[in-house]
Amino acid sequence: MSGDGGTHGMTLAEKVLSRASGLDHVVPGQIIEGRVDLAMMHEQGAQTVGPFHDMGALKVWDTDRVVIAIDHWVPASTEGAAVLHRILRKFAAEQHLDHFYDVGNHGICHQILAENGWVVPGDLAVGTDSHTNMLGAVGSVSAGIGPTEMAAVLALGRLWLKVPPTIQIRVHGTLGHGVTAKDLILKVLGEVKTTGATYKSVEFCGPTIESLSMPERFTLCNMTTEMGAKCGVIAPDAKTFEYLAKTAKHSMHPLYADADAQYERVVDIDVDGMPPMVACPYSPDNVRPLPEVAAEQVKVDQVFLGSCTNARIEDIREAAALMKGQKVHAGVRFIVSPASTSIYSQCLKEGLIEVFTEAGAVFTNSSCSACFGGNMGILSPEEVCASSSNRNFPGRMGAKEARIYLMSPIATVATAIRGVISDPREMM
Amino acid sequence: MQEVIQGRVWTLGDDVDTDGIISGKYLTVIDPDELKKHVFEIALPEFAQGARPGDILVAGVNFGCGSSREHAPQALRAIGVGAIVADTFARIFFRNSINLGLPTVEAKGVRAIFENGDPARIEMRGGTITNERTGVQIHFPPLPTHLLELLEAGGLVEKVRRELAGQAPG
Ligand code: SF4
Repeated sequence: MSGDGGTHGMTLAEKVLSRASGLDHVVPGQIIEGRVDLAMMHEQGAQTVGPFHDMGALKVWDTDRVVIAIDHWVPASTEGAAVLHRILRKFAAEQHLDHFYDVGNHGICHQILAENGWVVPGDLAVGTDSHTNMLGAVGSVSAGIGPTEMAAVLALGRLWLKVPPTIQIRVHGTLGHGVTAKDLILKVLGEVKTTGATYKSVEFCGPTIESLSMPERFTLCNMTTEMGAKCGVIAPDAKTFEYLAKTAKHSMHPLYADADAQYERVVDIDVDGMPPMVACPYSPDNVRPLPEVAAEQVKVDQVFLGSCTNARIEDIREAAALMKGQKVHAGVRFIVSPASTSIYSQCLKEGLIEVFTEAGAVFTNSSCSACFGGNMGILSPEEVCASSSNRNFPGRMGAKEARIYLMSPIATVATAIRGVISDPREMM
Repeated sequence: MQEVIQGRVWTLGDDVDTDGIISGKYLTVIDPDELKKHVFEIALPEFAQGARPGDILVAGVNFGCGSSREHAPQALRAIGVGAIVADTFARIFFRNSINLGLPTVEAKGVRAIFENGDPARIEMRGGTITNERTGVQIHFPPLPTHLLELLEAGGLVEKVRRELAGQAPG
């Protein structure tokens, strides 16, 4: 499959994979062995330990390239979670894995990687979580893998990968007031659909993307997972380098798509005049303009502002600005969960926690929180939830009948205030 | 991996996600024998009771979408699923499943040729799947050699074990 002459240029993901495999040129469909720059585990990594030993592996290939960040149940909320944490702590101690973000220094694994500079331009990074794609926003190929596969990575420092074809998403125009990167990615999901990028790389480019901040770019790449993508990538630029300037943990190798790269498909999106978007039950690609859904006066029981998609300091700041002086609607539970301990501290310093608690919201410790229906903020069958997270499949946040609407952080605030799904622009 | 896999079919629809295979509330369960009791609680509730070793799952598009939880293929392997065939798979599920040594085959159009309970016959290298009740057969591109080797080794653990043993001096 690698013998097509190899004359045309490469996409960004192809460039990164050619670097990782030590090959001059790679083409979609080719199976390569990629050298891993960074391996990340969260609680699912506890299932890596058994296979690691079963493989007869004695030592982790490079202790400075392994990060453990527990996030789903922090502090442990069930006995089962406590066991997972203990397995990881023991393994980390035995293997001298010092980059362990344990209780007190914790956060959602992807945010931990981002804010500590663990993944840099040109890297091949893998993690035991499907939203590892988020780190592609720094110009890396970052992908989720399972725990058995992680065991092989820890043992060998490499893994097999099929070079993905690339879908290019070119975005033009200016996001309107009250319209966010989350609305943009929902719009893209509505077009590409949950199977539209399966096994593929999604490369974002165009003037709108260049204008986005790093946190906004993380939000975009995060939800390429919902399109089935192997990775979501954005070319590094001055903002990337500035973001990583103080934190980068290893040397950067900025790579860029060639001008004559071959894309399987090109999707053009114009955001001028685009309204906020919402993904309705029960799929992240069931996307409609928010004003349309707001007109239907959809009542909510719970609102969640959190998750690796949208719980960075910028998200919470904007949300707090809208929340300030307002009250959460009677009968609505509003849960706000920052993505990391450092974001939590920052919220504390800026007085943002008070804004939410005075409004009647619950501001929690940083974790995955209500995002996945296994820790807290679990929904009962009849309930409706508005959420800034990334999935609304049946059963995602608890009962399979519960209905989840995905939206931007500011839209969650507007919804929490009114008690029905609402357009934040009416309050800004 | 056997070259020919035969078994009774359970059919599933499109977009069966990993939450539907094993719900988020069981993610702290590591024991596969415990996990298998809860398999398909949401997507196919009668399966956990009715499944027999060697049964084959036949699904539509995007089987195994959603989270990266290996619990999903692990639970299916633990309950004795012989193979999973779907029009298409979600990426991480596919990898996890192959890495666990569970034959996983993408065969476009497969969902349409089976009804629940039909007997199926899969030729892994030959790239065919046949409904032995109706005689209808479809072809699929066989897995790349690399992945067939992985399945033949019994999964990634065994393959790496051999590789590491081979590296040892002597
Ligand atoms: S916040 Fe949600 S999507 Fe992100 S890693 Fe945690 S459970 Fe997964």
